[in-house]
Amino acid sequence: MSATAPIRRTNDFVVKFANVNGSGSASANLLFAKSILRMGVPVAPRNIFPSNIQGLPTWFEVRVSEAGWRGRRGGVDLMVAMNPQTWDQDVKEVEPGGYLFYDSTRPLSASRPRDDITIIGMPLTEICNREYTDPRQRQLFKNIVYVGALSALLEIEPEVIAELIGEQYKGKEALLKPNVNAMHMGRAYAQNNLDCPLGIRVRRANAVGEKIFIEGNSAAALGCVYGGATVAAWYPITPSSSLAEAFTRHCRKFRTDAGTGKARYAIVQAEDEIASIGIVIGAAWNGARAFTCTSGPGISLMQEFIGLAYFAEIPAVLFDVQRGSPSTGMPTRTQQADILSCAYASHGDTKHVLLFPDDPNEAFDFAALAFDLADRLQTPIFVMLDLDIGMQDWLCEPLKWDDTRRLDRGKVMTYEQLEAGKEFGRYLDVDGDGITYRTLPGTHPHRGSYFTRGTSRDRYARYTEDGATYVDNMQRLLRKFESARQYLPQPVRRSAPGAARAGAIYFGSTGPVMDETLAVLAAQGVHLDTLRVRAFPFHDAVADFIAAHEHVFVVEQNRDAQLRSMLVNELAVESAKLIPVLHYDGTPITARFIAREIGERLAMFNVTPIRKVAP
Amino acid sequence: MTYVAKPTLHHPELPRNALGFTHRDYEGSVSTLCAGCGHDSISSAIIQAFFELAIPPHRVAKLSGIGCSSKTPTYFLGDSHGFNSVHGRMPSVLTGANLANRDLIYLGVSGDGDSASIGLGQFAHSLRRGVNMVYIVENNGVYGLTKGQFSATADKGSKSKRGVVNSDAPIDLALLALQLGASFVARGFSGDKRQLVPLIKAAVEHRGAAFIDVISPCVAFNNHPGSTKSYDYVREHNEAVNSLDFMPTRQEIVADYAPGSVRDIVLHDGSVLRLRKLHADYDPADRLVAMDYLQQRNAVGEIVTGLLYLNADATDLHTALNTVDTPLNQLGERDLVPGEAALEKFNASLR
Repeated sequence: MSATAPIRRTNDFVVKFANVNGSGSASANLLFAKSILRMGVPVAPRNIFPSNIQGLPTWFEVRVSEAGWRGRRGGVDLMVAMNPQTWDQDVKEVEPGGYLFYDSTRPLSASRPRDDITIIGMPLTEICNREYTDPRQRQLFKNIVYVGALSALLEIEPEVIAELIGEQYKGKEALLKPNVNAMHMGRAYAQNNLDCPLGIRVRRANAVGEKIFIEGNSAAALGCVYGGATVAAWYPITPSSSLAEAFTRHCRKFRTDAGTGKARYAIVQAEDEIASIGIVIGAAWNGARAFTCTSGPGISLMQEFIGLAYFAEIPAVLFDVQRGSPSTGMPTRTQQADILSCAYASHGDTKHVLLFPDDPNEAFDFAALAFDLADRLQTPIFVMLDLDIGMQDWLCEPLKWDDTRRLDRGKVMTYEQLEAGKEFGRYLDVDGDGITYRTLPGTHPHRGSYFTRGTSRDRYARYTEDGATYVDNMQRLLRKFESARQYLPQPVRRSAPGAARAGAIYFGSTGPVMDETLAVLAAQGVHLDTLRVRAFPFHDAVADFIAAHEHVFVVEQNRDAQLRSMLVNELAVESAKLIPVLHYDGTPITARFIAREIGERLAMFNVTPIRKVAP
Repeated sequence: MTYVAKPTLHHPELPRNALGFTHRDYEGSVSTLCAGCGHDSISSAIIQAFFELAIPPHRVAKLSGIGCSSKTPTYFLGDSHGFNSVHGRMPSVLTGANLANRDLIYLGVSGDGDSASIGLGQFAHSLRRGVNMVYIVENNGVYGLTKGQFSATADKGSKSKRGVVNSDAPIDLALLALQLGASFVARGFSGDKRQLVPLIKAAVEHRGAAFIDVISPCVAFNNHPGSTKSYDYVREHNEAVNSLDFMPTRQEIVADYAPGSVRDIVLHDGSVLRLRKLHADYDPADRLVAMDYLQQRNAVGEIVTGLLYLNADATDLHTALNTVDTPLNQLGERDLVPGEAALEKFNASLR
């Protein structure tokens, strides 16, 4: 008899699978997550994997939330403990009143691990050894067998699982049937031998609607297709490789010439990140839309080239799928710790445009936008993703495209304009916005050619080391950076009912978590205004927001409060009112964490001062 | 100072090429290199090669890294777009440019510091990929702009101007290019324009990665006794394996050559390389023989020059990537953007 009553919740719980990496568990776990989704109940799955191909522990967490909360919740209601290596740790993680499902082929040691949780044993290995002879099949089907058992324990409709298996193995009938059978075998065992259902369970709902389920890297890669990117150069690095791979997939589908079978794109897996950005810069200089995708270590390697692109004013798009840093850091964990190194990348006085999408839907939009911005501003554009957005499947709004939209190629002087005698100076600011005209190689036989260089030059691209000419150019680059603001996505402001004295600023993958945080705080009677920053340089609304509040929490997933540093550096704001809320252990930030941090600090500010007793 | 523009007055009787351009149309601004620099001779050979090939200058993109050699694109083809990129990274920038527009001619100019030291990786990988380009290394064995430090192509035992003996083994870029799969490999000497101009012309017409290592003495820091990259040393040790004529179309062999000593190689565009063998046993179609020959001769201190290797049937990176014939930078929305209907279908597959 448990000391604590078993948790009883419908459509609101967390299941965590503890597996061994390389055992084929990820696809079974995803099948589990998708089956709940198909029942109209939102899920937020997270694959928590090591930097390893086979053998190390891996976890898969599925948050079931009819309310639609997409951030990680923290805590586990049902642990599916399939990995003996991590048994102790996994058992410990279960919430009081939670459930532990394990493979009981080998009996537990005499003492129960905990008496405040419900323990459910199922002899999975024994069942699979009896049913299958091939060792690989025994392993793979074991995963499907436990999905079947869980369907009985959690009341997931088996028809939905069978339908998903059918879609997955469409055209591979030899695999389809055994998988469905394995699922039913697990389900039947659970129905006959286990206490079904548990206190936590799934009930069909209508909370998913038109939403789609997609990884941020795939969405961003599709944004590159829609943004007109034709050249991609990359070097494999977790967690960005899947962006390049998805771009390859999407291009094969959408950019293969129907008549000739030829490719309307060129993708090069380069020898390193330096060559990757070099290829991008060469292609963009020559008028193709080009991008690279990388993570922090790649950004470090690209520094010199980024400075060239800034100074020589070459459009280039970079995706930084951030991971645990510095150095090799935690390659398979998430962080937002590259924003300073991107904002001011390279030696000398440089500043770059950053975009901060908060989920795959916005990653798609901002990816496509980045190419317009790069051409419009003729400078590198950084799309700041992170592992959590990039490599996890997210339930988000469907992707949208306006067919009347045209690619903005920016200021490119044409043959006709040159022929008509329009004056061309590569660095001549004719419009006063700091953005100058460029020509593409090969445009005109006698007009408009120029020499691109990283050395200083005059308005007509002629080499010079004259101080005044250099300063003139550097000032124009600042003007251009100011002009950038008008083209960038505005921050998203949300106002609490009534006048809130405190506000919170956040960005990127903290976004979906903040939605939940506000609900948690509101339930405690705490109200905050919030501002989600979506781009750098900061819009004026950011400074206005800070000015309008007594305390502003700056919520980030790094140690050094990097966004806060940028706010202090770039805006005339009182730094004392910017209170860092920092989460950087490599796990995605949670609403529980933010609500606690903000709640505690607000409580401190609200301490009633001791009144002097009147004489 | 700003750079010095050349006066654009033309002598009325300057010879014109098939396009009606004169030699002056292929020149750039006045060189700022030292008087007598081998690099200026190479620039002059490039100007002559492009003039004789009658290529519209604006259809050429010239790219370089950093260093004395990388400055030279300013001194030729003034109507071409140029890109003086970062040290050792010309090959990647050129690769990207080439991917964006397959219709232009790409001329990469680099030096031995730029390509054999800091940029060895990019040198190697651009050749491996078969980027359609002419890659010229102006090889003087020293860093000129930083005043005479040894580069990675300096021979072991060669002496610097200050008397320091180089103890590191040299990198032979031509030999490396052969190993890496370049489909055109040649070596020239800046002091032998008659040999160099046809080599450049052949390289331009070649489809695929064409590499030319041009020994180009540095008069300021590496032209003294004890240097193996000085004018005197290279003249004494130059071992040309063949001599080359480039012809737009095949012509009758009229001169009286020994049987078997002349060979015509037809390039992909129908132009012809007429090769006169100076060494009866040297066959530039055989990569392994070429590599072996280079090493044998190198061991006895000779510098082998001429067309070292040619695969006239080579393909390039665009072939490997199967890219469309239209340059990628000329594709528009209709070719690139799948549109809302396709996106709705895509959305539907994610539910």
